[in-house]
Amino acid sequence: MSEKKENRELPERKKEFRTTVDGTVVNRLYTADDAEEGRQADSALPGEYPYTRHIMPGGYRTRLWTMRQYAGFATVEETNKRYKYLYEQGQTGFSVAFHLPTQEGYDSDHPLSAGEVGRCGVAIDSLEDMERLWEGIPLAEVSTSMTINATAPILLAMYAAAAQKQGAAISRLMGTVQNDILKEYIARNTYIFGPVPSMRLVTDLCAYCAQDMPRWNSISISGYHMREAGATAIQEAGFTLANGIAYVQAMIDRGMAVDSFAPRFSFFFAAYTNLLEEVAKFRALRRIWAKIMKERFGASDPKSMMLRYHVQTDGFTLTEQQPTNNIVRVTLQALAAVLGGCQSLHTNSFDEALALPSEEAVQVALRTQQIIAHESGVTDTVDPLGGSYYIEWLTDRIEDGAMRYINEIDKMGGALQAIEKGYIQREIAASAYSYQRAVDSREQVIVGVNRFTTDDEPSPELLEVGTEVEKRQIANVGRLKQERDNQKVGEVLDRVRDAARKDGNIMPALIDAVKAYATVGEISDALRDVFGEYRETSIL
Amino acid sequence: MTERKVRVLLAKPGLDGHDRGLKVLARGLRDAGMEVIYLGLRLTPEQIAEAALEEDVDVVGLSCLSGAHMVLFPKTVSLIREKGGRNILFIGGGIIPRKDIPALEGAGITRVFGPGTPIEEIADFITENLRRWGVDNQD
Repeated sequence: MSEKKENRELPERKKEFRTTVDGTVVNRLYTADDAEEGRQADSALPGEYPYTRHIMPGGYRTRLWTMRQYAGFATVEETNKRYKYLYEQGQTGFSVAFHLPTQEGYDSDHPLSAGEVGRCGVAIDSLEDMERLWEGIPLAEVSTSMTINATAPILLAMYAAAAQKQGAAISRLMGTVQNDILKEYIARNTYIFGPVPSMRLVTDLCAYCAQDMPRWNSISISGYHMREAGATAIQEAGFTLANGIAYVQAMIDRGMAVDSFAPRFSFFFAAYTNLLEEVAKFRALRRIWAKIMKERFGASDPKSMMLRYHVQTDGFTLTEQQPTNNIVRVTLQALAAVLGGCQSLHTNSFDEALALPSEEAVQVALRTQQIIAHESGVTDTVDPLGGSYYIEWLTDRIEDGAMRYINEIDKMGGALQAIEKGYIQREIAASAYSYQRAVDSREQVIVGVNRFTTDDEPSPELLEVGTEVEKRQIANVGRLKQERDNQKVGEVLDRVRDAARKDGNIMPALIDAVKAYATVGEISDALRDVFGEYRETSIL
Repeated sequence: MTERKVRVLLAKPGLDGHDRGLKVLARGLRDAGMEVIYLGLRLTPEQIAEAALEEDVDVVGLSCLSGAHMVLFPKTVSLIREKGGRNILFIGGGIIPRKDIPALEGAGITRVFGPGTPIEEIADFITENLRRWGVDNQD
């Protein structure tokens, strides 16, 4: 109450200041009095449960985050060239963007692929493409993240097979597959099958990795796309962790001990421009997950409790107007990710509201990370904002808000049920709509869009993906389908159908199928024969 | 003037799943008093054309953020025009490079709205254009 009185005494430029996470009024000043009792004790040292301050005691003094730029476009040759370029520029890990047909289980020659080939990512139809994608890059030595979900088991099988052909042992491969199907029904929309068979595929992959690919992160439970779809920071935190709970439970339900797989569960979040809220979000996320894993699932391996995550700066915040302003937005967002303690980071390119990023824009994005890492000084000490009255208050608020969502979803029977009821989709749609209203009414300022606008803006040089890419890729997959042993392909696809109908892990059948050069579309069709297809119910 | 509400079909052709903008627009146009048929995503131009004719709409809005707009938008427009007799206003949105806009306009997309466009601007554009067409039709 006292602060309101103070606000009256001091003239301020707005009637009230509110958080964007849940609309709570922000006080003019935070002091030691704002810390809730008992909560500070929670904020143990970095590297100590519940890891609010960082999962490692030394933070970035020990090791910087991985600068991992998501890239992939056109054909495997062009993407391979881009990867080599990024590697020479000092990038320390790869991140593969697949074109939509690969993500949704269609070959490049499918009618639904028309216009999409090589657009949003690289076109991979078969093991042959995967082999060429990594030509000259030793898979035993690099770490690779693949943004792939519905077809994740197929693409992981291809990656493993390509690595084997290079002479690498599967057990040594390092990387991540997104493999998070639940958020596809909520936001990202590259599902193929319904939730139940999809959850089986997700857990098949996780179980396979737990046994045969111990250094591979078998899932990257993602809040990013829900945030992009309109979720607030609290919703992003609550819904992502609710999905995480569903995956852990599904693994336990198939008889796996929590500490046998949970250390390889990883996460993926967005970073918005509201610096302090985002820092608090990451701190709260670490704390909540540690408690869930320890208290709810009885994990005893500290690695099972540590929330390890990748961050991408938020694409939705990039503006088409005055695009160079986006460099500043990305800098603030990347700073939030670093002050929050991420393990890896992708910074967006400033031209991404206009087109796929150009090489110049990609370089600026990577340089942004390098400047933060090597010039800003924020990496010299661990969790430098810890102990700030405001940050600690915000961290508590986000924890409380996210826990309310998790409890609500628990009451519905879990994330799968909440998605089937449309609850999560509705909550996000409502947030997206109220945000748009706030922007349209100029209550939410976006520089260059609804304030500080200019009329004539020079257009930056944009990347173009020509239509000849599609023709070439269609010809490629056509040739492959002629040249390979098609009797063998028929047999391996029968085995995939058979494995899909039975209990037991589907991965071995998929690995045999990709090695016989069965395509993504053919293998997906074999699975469609058994699992059917999911149709969305649009929730506005 | 008739009391019939303006009927708008919104759809995402192709495989792109970014539907935040189109869903927000659907809700916004409804709040602006229009009848919105939200067809959803992962649709072929044929499916959209069929729905547009069946629903007897005044406006078709297409959204694509994957870069496939140059193939999918013109194809959808020409299918609808081939099959239908009525005047339909076509609008588009998404990640559309400016240099693509003249070709899309040439293919029948009357206006392309980029990221950051206020809902009101789109609603006003629809109302104004249909009013003009309505006057033309009465002649």
